Amino acid sequence: MIKSIIKYIKEVLGGLKSLLKGMRVTGYYISHPKEIITQQYPENKDTLKMFDRFRGEVILLHDENNEHRCTGCTACEVACPNGSIEIISERVLNPETGKKKKEIDKFIYHLSMCTMCNLCIESCPTDAIKMGRNFEHAVFDRSLLTSVLNRPGSKLAPGVED
Amino acid sequence: MKFDIYDFSVLTKSIHESLNSMMGETAVMISEMVIVGIIFLTLFAVLGLILVYVERKICAFFQQRLGPMRVGFWGTAQTLADLIKLLLKEPLITKNADKFLFNLAPFVLIIASFMAMAAIPFAKGLHAFDIDIGVFYITAISSIGVVGVLLAGWASNNKYSLIGAMRSGAQIISYELSVGLSLLTIIVLTGSLQFSEIIESQREGWWIFRGHIPALIAFIIFLIASTAETNRGPFDLAEAESELTAGFHTEYSGMKFAFFFLAEFINMFIVAAIGATVFLGGWMPLHFGALESFNAIMDFIPPIFWFFGKTAFIIFLMMWFKWTFPRLRIDQLLTLEWKYLLPINLINILVMAFFVLMGWYF
Repeated sequence: MIKSIIKYIKEVLGGLKSLLKGMRVTGYYISHPKEIITQQYPENKDTLKMFDRFRGEVILLHDENNEHRCTGCTACEVACPNGSIEIISERVLNPETGKKKKEIDKFIYHLSMCTMCNLCIESCPTDAIKMGRNFEHAVFDRSLLTSVLNRPGSKLAPGVED
Repeated sequence: MKFDIYDFSVLTKSIHESLNSMMGETAVMISEMVIVGIIFLTLFAVLGLILVYVERKICAFFQQRLGPMRVGFWGTAQTLADLIKLLLKEPLITKNADKFLFNLAPFVLIIASFMAMAAIPFAKGLHAFDIDIGVFYITAISSIGVVGVLLAGWASNNKYSLIGAMRSGAQIISYELSVGLSLLTIIVLTGSLQFSEIIESQREGWWIFRGHIPALIAFIIFLIASTAETNRGPFDLAEAESELTAGFHTEYSGMKFAFFFLAEFINMFIVAAIGATVFLGGWMPLHFGALESFNAIMDFIPPIFWFFGKTAFIIFLMMWFKWTFPRLRIDQLLTLEWKYLLPINLINILVMAFFVLMGWYF
């Protein structure tokens, strides 16, 4: 009898304690307005910085000599589950060695089909591509979503294939 | 007398006399009623607009969001825009609904909260209906609101509405008991049911301080039970979105829906006002016995600000509850009332009576 009464009181006090714990968490949020996560998007366009892990689009990296690291191995094309990447390559004669070598002609990327799954970046053996942070992709024509990623006149950076 | 500067009865008396000099007795009574009615209608609209905005903002801040920000400065005109939208919406009535009861239900609900509002003392002399059984009157009137909810659920001819209404009925009828008993705990101290006398008895200090432990327990129980009585979260079973779409007001649209929405917020205000009046001294300023200069400074703040400040504090607490606690199931809800709040309340009222008998309060 006494035991059950003590248990009852303990239950009530324990319940109150757990409720107060919850209120402490939300009380912390309301008293710290700096913790607010929401962004006022179009207004803060100039200062907006997307976080590092954000996946916006696939980009092919170029250095200052207009050289990229893509060997045209098509590992990304194979890895892509929905066929967003198409690599058109050609065999070019190397004047120094006299041998024909594979080089990419066009690295075609269909943004409209991409789900930003990151599998292409993981499969790339030479780290030629990575995820960009741009997310403003809205266009009026669907064909504008298909783009060629390698810049005109760009070459394979030396030493990538060694 | 300390509060003479802020005494509204001078103003009301002068209005009464000037009206008396203009027209006959019956005409004076009618015109005064019209004036009070218009004031309350305005108060209703303004309170509704402000409370909806505050609720949305506070909810957002509790959840680390910003809330409405687009319409007006910091979204202040958002509720006005919503009101215009609701006014322009088509008032749909479903084919199999009982048209008369369907249209009547929102008015029953809003009239109940309108009548309850009349007995609330806003400041000294600013009191529409100072009846000598004020607390009893308010508890009686506010339980009429459940009739509106039940009518809405029944007349909609919709299973969600009916289930929601029945839940709401069970909930309000159960929690009415706890609200009444927790108020009675303080009535034991005041010895009067009249609101003006309850406030007058707190001139030396608010009952929540003077009644110490039992008063504090009563206050907590009052907060829980009144949150449940106004059908607010975590007790919002009547309109449980996840399982009942919108509960008893599923079939309502446009202005009639707005009435339900408004009634919920006005009921929250009324409940908070009663809590502020009974536990926190209504429009009485904060006084500590010995500190004369502190008391004088507190007297300087007009009573109407004290009243609205205390009410806002309790409303804030209720919003804090709503946006923190997880929702209860219907069986948990009734267990909480009948197995916890009611027995604790009954023992608490006995303890309080004993304390009053022995004079163990300040």
